[in-house]
Amino acid sequence: MTELTPPQTDRKTWMSLLAKAPAADLARLWEAHGAAPGFTWLRAPEVGAVMVRGRAGATGAPFNLGEMSVTRCSLRLKDGAVGHAYVQGRDKDKARIAALVDALMQGAGAAALRSAVLEPLERGLADVAQARAAKAAATKVEFFTMVRGENA
Amino acid sequence: MTGTTVLEGGFADAPVQASRAFRAALNAMARPGRIEAISGGQAPAPVSGAAATLLLTLCDPETPLHLAGAHGCPEVREWVAFHLGAPLVGKGEAMFALGTWEALGSLEDYPQGVPEYPDRSATLIVEVGRLANEGARLTGPGVKDEAFLTLPDPDAFRRNAAQFPLGVDCYFTSGGRIAALPRSTRIG
Repeated sequence: MTELTPPQTDRKTWMSLLAKAPAADLARLWEAHGAAPGFTWLRAPEVGAVMVRGRAGATGAPFNLGEMSVTRCSLRLKDGAVGHAYVQGRDKDKARIAALVDALMQGAGAAALRSAVLEPLERGLADVAQARAAKAAATKVEFFTMVRGENA
Repeated sequence: MTGTTVLEGGFADAPVQASRAFRAALNAMARPGRIEAISGGQAPAPVSGAAATLLLTLCDPETPLHLAGAHGCPEVREWVAFHLGAPLVGKGEAMFALGTWEALGSLEDYPQGVPEYPDRSATLIVEVGRLANEGARLTGPGVKDEAFLTLPDPDAFRRNAAQFPLGVDCYFTSGGRIAALPRSTRIG
């Protein structure tokens, strides 16, 4: 696998965040940010299915976990920046906003956009993950094995 | 035509445009020699609008594609990667092939199907300079009495037709027009 340059890993991070973010939160933050750049579609939003594969314990043989719906689109801003989006679910408007954010993040307004949209989304996802982990931790069962004399 | 970048040229309204293009492709193949208008797609040069539309309509990640000669330039390969996702392969594994008649070479180099599965054969998209209802005389299924079509090399298509039910099917594209020649058509 080829090594990614820092801008590429950066872009990968925000695209991943946009793909997983809840549509309502993304729409609300995007509205609040107030940017509405003109754009043309390179690929209008389309819904498809992808097979999610997993590995038991992250090292086992790959198996098909199941299919999930994904919406993708690509667009070009007036200034020539190209944005792509592949997002969870079948919300075409979420795909449009995600692609716009992706395109704008490559331009001059990246820092403002990052603090207005990406960082709140990141915090929201981290909170959800933490709440879920805390709930799971509360039900954790500890197993003990007594040390038996004959094995000593 | 010039200035089409690799990310542009897809269908703006895919369901409608793909259906119209498919209808044109179907009519052309069902009535050998009939010239149909087809539009909607644009690919980087040297791919014609008709060929780009055919590719957008017929190809996807499950159809191995062969790009012959000048049609295999980096811009076209990237356009195929973005819009079709079709794997690019050599002549022997291709399900579709695109190029000029000279670049495509011998029809025998492409999959001809096998007697149990004659459908496992290639469909060639041949870019021609001129498409007109004159020249070679076509008869057979889908042709009432007779039809005429400018063919690049009638002898090669005669040999192809002699192999029926095996053989390849061809689309001819020029600008925004297509015609087709299935293996079932007799020439001359």
